Amino acid sequence: MFKIIEKEELAHTIYMMRLDVPDIASKARAGQFLVIRLNETGERIPLTIADYDCDNGTIDIVFQVVGKTTEQLSCMEIGDSIQDIAGPMGKASHIPQDEKVVVVGGGVGIAPIYPITRAFHEAGNHVIGIIGARSENLLIYEDKMKEVCDEFHLTTDDGTKGRCSLVTAPLTEVLEKNKDVKLVVVIGPGIMMKCCAEATKPFGVKTMVSLNSIMVDGTGMCGACRVEVGGETKFACADGPEFDGHQVNFGLLMDRLRAYTGKEKQALDDFHSKDGCKCQTK
Amino acid sequence: MPDEVKDTKKPAPTPRQPRTPMPEQPAEKRRRNFQEVALGYTEVDALKEASRCLQCKKPKCQEGCPVNVDIPTFVGLIKEKKYIEAAKAIKVDNALPAVCGRVCPQESQCESLCLLGKRFEPAAIGRLERFVADYEANHSNPADISSETGDTSDKNKKDRPSGYKVAVIGSGPAGLTCASDLAKLGHEVTMFEALHKPGGVLIYGIPEFRLPKAIVQREVAYIESLGVELRVNSVIGNLFTIDDLMSEMDYNAVFIANGAGFPMFMNIPGENLNGVYSANEFLTRANLMKAYLFPEYDTPINCGNKVAVVGGGNVAMDSARVSMRLGAEHVYLVYRRSDEELPARREEVHHAKEEGIEFKLLTNPVEIIGENGAVKAIKCIEMELGEPDDSGRRRPVPKKGSEFTLDVDTVIMSIGTSANPLIGASTPGLELNKRGYIVADEENGKTTKKGVYAGGDIVTGSATVIAAMGAGKRSAAAIHEYLQTQ
Repeated sequence: MFKIIEKEELAHTIYMMRLDVPDIASKARAGQFLVIRLNETGERIPLTIADYDCDNGTIDIVFQVVGKTTEQLSCMEIGDSIQDIAGPMGKASHIPQDEKVVVVGGGVGIAPIYPITRAFHEAGNHVIGIIGARSENLLIYEDKMKEVCDEFHLTTDDGTKGRCSLVTAPLTEVLEKNKDVKLVVVIGPGIMMKCCAEATKPFGVKTMVSLNSIMVDGTGMCGACRVEVGGETKFACADGPEFDGHQVNFGLLMDRLRAYTGKEKQALDDFHSKDGCKCQTK
Repeated sequence: MPDEVKDTKKPAPTPRQPRTPMPEQPAEKRRRNFQEVALGYTEVDALKEASRCLQCKKPKCQEGCPVNVDIPTFVGLIKEKKYIEAAKAIKVDNALPAVCGRVCPQESQCESLCLLGKRFEPAAIGRLERFVADYEANHSNPADISSETGDTSDKNKKDRPSGYKVAVIGSGPAGLTCASDLAKLGHEVTMFEALHKPGGVLIYGIPEFRLPKAIVQREVAYIESLGVELRVNSVIGNLFTIDDLMSEMDYNAVFIANGAGFPMFMNIPGENLNGVYSANEFLTRANLMKAYLFPEYDTPINCGNKVAVVGGGNVAMDSARVSMRLGAEHVYLVYRRSDEELPARREEVHHAKEEGIEFKLLTNPVEIIGENGAVKAIKCIEMELGEPDDSGRRRPVPKKGSEFTLDVDTVIMSIGTSANPLIGASTPGLELNKRGYIVADEENGKTTKKGVYAGGDIVTGSATVIAAMGAGKRSAAAIHEYLQTQ
């Protein structure tokens, strides 16, 4: 059992929870993820690490309510315990030194881009940060990101905050202006990562994306998370989660993320029809 | 009182009597439920079958057992109706009798050497093992089970704490056996499991209808009762490395038994379509995560109406039979060789056929055809058997122009596994072979790293439960010996 020691609603339906996981926190590095299971009947879901504090033995997760498990999790409070947490899973991000780098976070993907940005910043890189959300009320981690970026851009799809555009617009401009950018890292929805990879391609800049495939065990045993990179099948959990964005088959990734749409809806409806969640407005 | 007099004598063997059949759920009924297929011997059945045993002066059966169970003794105790003692006699050498009684391939081990089998059918050793293990579980007070260590011989006497700490990586058959033996020898054992439940393949792989999970939990509880500490959710290689265990965490020796690992695919077009599963994923969803109880359990599984399972081993049979139980109308088993070469146990093949699995033998998939990202059909080619290959089996060769398609919506690839690189990559000094498996001495599990032993599938590649248990047992003995020299 692992205790929730802090909880915050960062934006509409987006939550941060700080977990008391000293062993995992002592090993966690930017880019890795956890697999959690809430209770005896729960499913195993991967959640990217949004922050970690080795000294205090804590890891932060940030999630958006999208289905039964995330809704149930959002109803848990400080002092409640999650039955199973395993990690850190996956390979850590490669952290260059003294280079010019760009980080791009979209939506709830801003959370996992934060520890990578911080690690880049601490390693003496010149970090250009670009974050974007659909609307101001869904925007998270703006202040945290500003703190660790040397240059900062903000977009919203509807113009309620920052520039009214997709993240690809400032990304293209940044690359036009900064010919010495060595690395771009993008985390966000599949379509956003795809568009960013397309935007950086003409500049020939190495672009890493973090793939959020469906997983069961998270250690390479099941192969549910397989993705196609450069025509080869890879396991996002063990070979990734970061891959070369110019090589990833995003169409396949997005198709595979939809594999259980029907069942996911059924689980949520079933949950609401029974006890359901008492704290969310349905 | 002639009856009493009779009772004190050992009943004479009745070898000519046919082997006592195992009561089973009828195929028509069981193909749609997850309850156990084989129902187990009654006491009458067990006594009848035990009476067939010749109690040979020089028994061969024991030699066929990878963990060297004293078979004549436990069968003899059944004849005397001392069932609990019989179970304890097995537990001296085998910590998992209820598991082995169900899933061991006895026909190619102990029973294949039974002298009775030379003229008649061999004694049903496996069924008797299962009977006494279940009898013990149903008739003893759980507190008794946890306070005793099955000590019918000095071998099992728990020594005083040795002061040594051993880490066992993985809680499958090899890990459980090694941990149990080391605990009995007085060592402080911690078993690290990556998943949230112990048991390894016994929990995630073998389905409920062949091995009820309550039984695995019971056997794990017994091993914990010996003093073994279990740590779930512990992915060794990531959470702790082998070096962490042996330095900061003060373990004096490590036994690595993390299993076979990555599922293999065929590398044919369409394999990443939705609806294509590895057998590992399909079975893990169904067994470990209990997806067959969705939505009561949260993990979903998409098993369609027409399923093709590719492969011919026990795992393929399990996948096919799970599909049938999840409601599929047609389940095809696609295997590239013929019936004779099927690597699965005959019993499993027989059960699968009884349950209506359609065998497409001498058939190999060449492409999975999709529509809107999901499986629509599987294109196969007919095969014929050519010259023997390295394995001694005749090599399957495609018949030109014989391609055909099967309409299916689910494909389950059950063609084996490859080594998980997690531990190998994070352990300097641990030699791996070309295929990524750990190099270890077959006799004692010794690896190239001091104090580190390995056994089970991570050394041999996919094999049987009992072979892994044998490796766990031999490594435990070698680790014990190693610790004495420290």
